Amino acid sequence: MRRFSQLIQELELSNKTNDKINALVDYFNEAEDKDKPYVIALFTGKKPKRPVNTALIRQWATELSGIPEWLFTESYHNVGDLSETIALILPPAQYHLEKPLHQWMSELTLLNHKTDDEKKDYILTAWNSLTIQERFIFNKLISGNFRIGVSNKMLVNAIAKQSNEDSNKIMHSIMGKWQPDAITYDELTAGKHVNTDNSWPYPFCLAYALDTAPENLGETSTWQAEWKWDGIRGQIIKRKGELFIWSRGEELVTEQFPELHFLKDELDDGIVLDGEILAVKDGNVLPFSILQQRLNRKTIHKSQLSNAPIGFFCYDILELNGSDIRNEHLAKRRAILEQVINGLGTKHIVLLSPIIEFTGWQQLAEIRENARHINSEGIMLKKIDSIFHAGRKRGDWWKWKINPYTIDTVMIYAQKGSGRRANFYTDYTFAVRNGEQLITIAKAYSGLTDREIKEVNTFVNKNAIEKFGPVRTVKPELVFEIAFEGIAESKRHKAGLALRFPRISRWRKDKKADEINTLDDLRQLLNSTL
Amino acid sequence: MGLLSFTNKGIYCKRGNFYIDPWYPVDYAVTTHGHADHVKWGNKNYLCHELTKPILQQRYGLEDQVQTLPYGKEIDINGVKLSLHPAGHVIGSAQIKLAFKDEITVVSGDYKIEFDGISTAFEPIKCHHFISESTFGLPIYKWETQEQIFDQMKNWIANNHHKNKTSILVAYSLGKAQRLIKNLADTHPIYVHHSIANLNESFAAAGVILPNTIRITAEIKKDELQKGIVIVPPALAEGRWIKNLINPAIGICSGWMAVRAGRRWRSADAGFALSDHADWPGLLNAIKATEAEKVYVTHGSTAVFSKYLNEIGIAAEEVKTKYGEEDDEGIEEKE
Repeated sequence: MRRFSQLIQELELSNKTNDKINALVDYFNEAEDKDKPYVIALFTGKKPKRPVNTALIRQWATELSGIPEWLFTESYHNVGDLSETIALILPPAQYHLEKPLHQWMSELTLLNHKTDDEKKDYILTAWNSLTIQERFIFNKLISGNFRIGVSNKMLVNAIAKQSNEDSNKIMHSIMGKWQPDAITYDELTAGKHVNTDNSWPYPFCLAYALDTAPENLGETSTWQAEWKWDGIRGQIIKRKGELFIWSRGEELVTEQFPELHFLKDELDDGIVLDGEILAVKDGNVLPFSILQQRLNRKTIHKSQLSNAPIGFFCYDILELNGSDIRNEHLAKRRAILEQVINGLGTKHIVLLSPIIEFTGWQQLAEIRENARHINSEGIMLKKIDSIFHAGRKRGDWWKWKINPYTIDTVMIYAQKGSGRRANFYTDYTFAVRNGEQLITIAKAYSGLTDREIKEVNTFVNKNAIEKFGPVRTVKPELVFEIAFEGIAESKRHKAGLALRFPRISRWRKDKKADEINTLDDLRQLLNSTL
Repeated sequence: MGLLSFTNKGIYCKRGNFYIDPWYPVDYAVTTHGHADHVKWGNKNYLCHELTKPILQQRYGLEDQVQTLPYGKEIDINGVKLSLHPAGHVIGSAQIKLAFKDEITVVSGDYKIEFDGISTAFEPIKCHHFISESTFGLPIYKWETQEQIFDQMKNWIANNHHKNKTSILVAYSLGKAQRLIKNLADTHPIYVHHSIANLNESFAAAGVILPNTIRITAEIKKDELQKGIVIVPPALAEGRWIKNLINPAIGICSGWMAVRAGRRWRSADAGFALSDHADWPGLLNAIKATEAEKVYVTHGSTAVFSKYLNEIGIAAEEVKTKYGEEDDEGIEEKE
């Protein structure tokens, strides 16, 4: 486990993507072959069944360290991570044992069938033979939750670099079905267990934000206008009887959206669709907050399927009969797309993203004002003779978004930033009023000039009330206007609400803390969007 | 407490009319050690250990106002017998023992139990009242031995040299820096920031023997630094000067580095949990050794630590002080 422990340490000590990728590449070059599939499984959340429950582990650790329960809890609050708290709080190990990761993993799996006493015996012996860092990792292995800032995409890029394979192939391969004890690293990178020949996606064509008046774009007849939907940009691929759904983040998300699986039967082979995954009911788009309930879940409950039904709004078609048609003009691709979608037997789930008919820019500007009513975030403008570019290119596609929502809030906490801003308080928490109280509503990092940051910094230094680790409570005096894109109910936040993409839009030096918005204002806004 | 009271200026002995580590100016300040949260400028008179005087001279330009004592020598102040005893925290750090009639009170200032090779080793004193810090008063803080930590540090430095990186160790000018110098001597040339060099010179003048170091000046070339070891105080850790060195690798030396959140938050390349404060077992052992009837817990995990002491049968209460607040880093080790 020594090599794995080193990897974790390297990953944790850097916040630069390149350093992390290099650490992963080095690991895959140097580690024992049998360990590697386990690492990939751990980092992609392929969790084995948890062999011992958390309450027991915690109880044993408290017992062993001879401290009262409340002191364990205090320590846990201070450390913020249960596995680490246990690793730190236990008496020092009495000897050292080096076992490879794969051995620990298979021993833990076997533990599932043992009695609690046998489990306890095994775990206590392990704790007594590991360094603090290794104990921490061992505890994480039990829980299966290894969140250390390595995204699927980052892992895939590292494996692709190490194995010299295409990253989309790797992504498909590791998202497929495999067992870490039954596959080698080379088989995994070669994608033998899945057929990676079929799954590869095209790069997405992306738009720049419109930075001029639309009148400057010229003739309206040369432009196609569509709604800009606020969901997950996706690509649906049907090749040789298999269906794949890729997200814009180049993650394979096929399993997350069973509503779309009918396309496997209804689409012809050799078709690739570009569009937006959205929460859709009766053909209407629901707010992003509904879609959010469906994201990043390993399992989907029946209730989620009915509360947050998914649909796909098609923008474009990139492949037909197995041929790449991205260089055809948009108008032609759109005609093909309409034919394909109209030919589907199942209606109201996979739909054409409607084209907005307009004759003048002023008229389109008026239509755009209605975007929020249909849960759109503005308008997309695409040249009718544009090809489907790989990536972002100026000129052919523009996004013309509506203005964000804004509220006035007061700053109540401040924390120092990192990197260039490490000596300044740059991360702020804002609150709105709820009766006599202030209630946290958003955290934001950017949006101020360096000069304003210095000014806020001086204020924080003079007006700090309390400190909790790096965080300072400050006198609620500075009023900031916060811009955001949406609002959703949230059980996780004290306010019961969460803002989407909150950022500081300006410092309202003209306002006092008693003039800020209230929680009721936000609730009303929420109700009006549902 | 009988002899001492906790006032808004600091710990006060009415009988002897002196303060211990006051945070506002007073007539007579007894000083445990030279860190800025324990000794302020502006007192009329200071009493401290012989080796704390060079620090006060160097930092505050104090001279005639400072009266010194060696460890163990007793003086009488209006019937209060006062003596200084090693606290093991930094060079010159002292516990202050006060005896009045039959009652003994000890103000420990900051302390650590492990001998660091350079500060006189901590000495437990039996007393009735013991005033203790609690900076690391949680059971998650259990230091490795200094030897283990310096082995890790030397490995890290060797690895940096191998990769053509410049090794920069971040350590407090007073205490941690001298500890590093002493324990890393004879491995590579050690280059120190002028705040450390100045203190070292004062110590040398007072007769403290420290291994050779080189003061960092504009003339020193970056590739020389890259082949050596660079020691800077925390204020420089994020600065531009470091970023412009050859492949800088920053190692922070602080007890807070024992916890992952502490390491990650500081965005260092390495964290070494090397502390000049007692860890959890250290605090408990030190307190038990005093056999005190009552323990007063100052700066750190005051609430948790005093609650625990009461539970294990040692009467304790928390005391609000301004120690540990001087430094604004919050997560930084306060010394």
